Amino acid sequence: MVRTFIATVGCAALVPAVANGAPLQYLSGAGDKAGPVVWLTWGLLLISMAVVVLISALLIGAIWHRPGQAWVKGERTALLPHGGGLNWLWIGVSVSALVLLFSVAWTVKVLAGIVAPPQRPVATIEITGHQWWWEVRYLGADPARQFTTANEIHIPVGQPVRLKLDSGDVIHSFWVPQLAGKMDAIPGQTNETWIEADKPGVYRGQCTEYCGLEHARMGIVLVAQTPADFQKWWAHQLASPAQPSGAALAGQGDFQMRCGGCHAVRGTEAAGALGPDLSHLMSRGTIASGMLPNDPRTLRHWISDPQRYKPGALMPTPELSPQALKDVEAYLRSLT
Amino acid sequence: MTTADYERAPHVGPGTPSHAEKLERIWETAPGFYGWLATVDHKKIGIRYIVTAFAFLVAGGIEALVFRVQLAWSEMHLLTPEQYDQMFTMHGMTMIFLYAGPILSGFSNYLWPLLLGARDMALPRLNAVSYWIYLFAGIFLYASFAIGFGPNVGWFNYVPLAARAYNNGPNIDMYGLGMILLGISTTVGSINFIVTFLRLRCPGMSINRVPILIWGTLTASAANIFAIPAVSLAFLLLWMDRNVGTHFFDVGAGGSALLWQHLFWMFGHPWVYAIVLPAMGMVSDGLPVFCRRPLVGYTAVALATIATMVLGFGVWVHHMFATGLPGVSLGFFSAASIIIAVPSAVGVFAWLATIWTGRPVFTTPFLFFASFIVLFTIGGVSGFMTGSVPVDWQLTDTYFVVAHLHYVLIGINVFPVVGAIYFWFPKFTGRMMDERLGRWNFWTMFIGFNLGFFPMHISGLLGMPRRVYTYGEGMGWDWLNLVTTLGSFLFAAGVLLFFWNAIRSLKHGVTAGDNPWDAPTLEWATTSPPPPYNFAVIPKVATRHPLWEDRLDSGQGAEQSRIHAGMALAHGREALGTTPVDAMPNVILKMPGDTLVPMYLALSMTVIAVGLALVNWWVVVVGGACTTASILAWLWPQARLGETAEPARETADD
Repeated sequence: MVRTFIATVGCAALVPAVANGAPLQYLSGAGDKAGPVVWLTWGLLLISMAVVVLISALLIGAIWHRPGQAWVKGERTALLPHGGGLNWLWIGVSVSALVLLFSVAWTVKVLAGIVAPPQRPVATIEITGHQWWWEVRYLGADPARQFTTANEIHIPVGQPVRLKLDSGDVIHSFWVPQLAGKMDAIPGQTNETWIEADKPGVYRGQCTEYCGLEHARMGIVLVAQTPADFQKWWAHQLASPAQPSGAALAGQGDFQMRCGGCHAVRGTEAAGALGPDLSHLMSRGTIASGMLPNDPRTLRHWISDPQRYKPGALMPTPELSPQALKDVEAYLRSLT
Repeated sequence: MTTADYERAPHVGPGTPSHAEKLERIWETAPGFYGWLATVDHKKIGIRYIVTAFAFLVAGGIEALVFRVQLAWSEMHLLTPEQYDQMFTMHGMTMIFLYAGPILSGFSNYLWPLLLGARDMALPRLNAVSYWIYLFAGIFLYASFAIGFGPNVGWFNYVPLAARAYNNGPNIDMYGLGMILLGISTTVGSINFIVTFLRLRCPGMSINRVPILIWGTLTASAANIFAIPAVSLAFLLLWMDRNVGTHFFDVGAGGSALLWQHLFWMFGHPWVYAIVLPAMGMVSDGLPVFCRRPLVGYTAVALATIATMVLGFGVWVHHMFATGLPGVSLGFFSAASIIIAVPSAVGVFAWLATIWTGRPVFTTPFLFFASFIVLFTIGGVSGFMTGSVPVDWQLTDTYFVVAHLHYVLIGINVFPVVGAIYFWFPKFTGRMMDERLGRWNFWTMFIGFNLGFFPMHISGLLGMPRRVYTYGEGMGWDWLNLVTTLGSFLFAAGVLLFFWNAIRSLKHGVTAGDNPWDAPTLEWATTSPPPPYNFAVIPKVATRHPLWEDRLDSGQGAEQSRIHAGMALAHGREALGTTPVDAMPNVILKMPGDTLVPMYLALSMTVIAVGLALVNWWVVVVGGACTTASILAWLWPQARLGETAEPARETADD
């Protein structure tokens, strides 16, 4: 009991210290959606810790406030009278009920405040969960401004963005803890939610509904940038990738033949929809659904043996000659 | 009631040695292997339940230790993702269905008739069938895992991941059919508890005098009858989707993925209460013995037990807060999930007040029961946090929830259960467990448990998702997980000490005597272990604590309990039926003896399940024919049960 007591108090001091090194923590947050929830989380956490400390103290007091007795087998030791003690129930339960009602009220208030965004969302992003990556489609009134990307979402700072969540196979759950709580991506229904970041940065996310073998490796990256940068990014995504040359041109041929059945690069013959869209792959910070850094070495290792990093992933090992592998890599690196 | 309501006026008097000898002959289980298979003695069945449940606890524990090694540090690869997924699925399924529920059935089976002053459960054959189905279902559930195709989509078995399109093996069918079997076992067991409660309480034991354990198990049993059909139906529909082409959960054909979640959690959440309320009852009955006073607030605690269960049916959606349900329903279920803590507070303050106003006797059961209050509180407040929708959107599916559910299931089930074994072991076996080893056992378990599971709260708050076979470096979870793994091994060592103590004490324990703890309730009025007939004469009680009333209620001039003189009832196997509320005697019940039929019935139903798993209709037909034959044999009128026109031959000396 003493240990629990110390651990409980210690935890309160420890958490902020550790949190800096934990990209998925949600004891601090950024934006209109996460902010009020951070307060509520801390509030309920402190109430909880206070309750545990109080009950532990009462238990220790109850045990020690008068001398205990040793047990002697079969001995008929004195009994204490029946009555008394009911005041504990009256007081304890009344106080508990008040605290609980207060918590319900606070919960409902926070819930009402974050159900809808404070202003009209500036963009709508359709996110579809797949085993084990995220398809991301930017919608807009103008069909020419729509495009598909994968595993990395960009949003403008200070403006709410609407998210439409769906699934291409099993249930997934979309979660970028610094910005918002979870929302499931369920096949057959579209769940709407919204998200907002109040400062620029790269936020990590993760699938949190168990979805099969590589559930553990289904990350996502969310980049919040100034509205101007965001518009620039959007325009860049819409543009077709530059025409490859040299090794990259050779690689394009191999890519279209060997990879194009599943992956798409806009403006080319590669138009597969089973795997992530790779147009502008080099503009993304990560590969393998947010799990690996997008640097040349990792990229080469990943395309030569994806099963080593994500055993069970639906991307087979491409049987490419070393030269072809180099060419494909060169092609991918040209997709800026 | 007048004596006219009996078939005869029973002989009333003190239990004599010759009477006891006669009862022994009547109630004894046949010797040898036949008797082992055919017994309907609730005590033997209860012990079997307990031993089997502990065996599954060990299996589930080993699974957990294996994957805790994998999670001890980032990027560890002891298990493949597939192996990991099977491990965590089997771990959850084993602990929740094959350990936590059945262990409490074991205690209740053993203790109920003794607590109630009865000779057996109301339906002894049903009791036997309930155990056999549980055993066969457990083996069935482990069969696919043993051949390497264990269920791998979690104990919650969400569709579409559990659908044929994503899971083609026999694993999910085996899991589903095993669960349906187990549901039958739990249902008939629950019916038995309810009927026993209504009919077999000894004279004078009105409903306000039964021990709290009875309230706990009764409430859980009533809940099971309403909750289990939902999950059995869900698994049946899934089996049909997978094998005969229906589309209940098939989104592509107009089915619904969320339907599964509703059906599962409509069962799943009440089930959580069903596997803690009886354990809380054991604490409510055991703790006061070591405080040397009756429980504070008996009526409030009994009512809180029922209130928890009733509210427990209105909170299932808190498992589904992130599924996109409308705000109004989220608000309702959120409020219910928070307010359900009120009846829990009743229990906590009643236990605290009992210790405070009592004088603690420091024994191993006391340590387990008292520490349970803190673990219960920690599990309670973390549950309260997950009840709040916006907070739950962050907490759900992180290790915070893993911490929460383990504080609930280990804190409110395992700790009371181990305490209860220390408490009732002398009654079960006639010997005491070792107190010194008991203290080592307690502290190892208590420190190991908190060391292992408390840090999970923090890794959850730092965002660690559940059900991941590994995690990357730089997520800030490594040290916490290392501590968790070390703690879980220490906890396992504690559990091992417990088993060691129990096994050693079977032979070397100090002889217990009838009532080693000087406890107040009826089970301590008979010998340790009790004779096959439990009580030589049917006791009659006047208070909640018949063995204490000479010291507590003397001078009130109130009616006294009578333990050693009462109705003899020895015309074959007989029990006394009483009225449901006031427990006035009103009928003599004929009780069945040893029979193999329950085992045949359980086996036949298992054959049906095997047939359905193989989708082999011939096997199903054979199983169905055997099931029908067993039921016919069961229902065939028997003279000694008073089911035929001619009465059974009776011995005349009653």
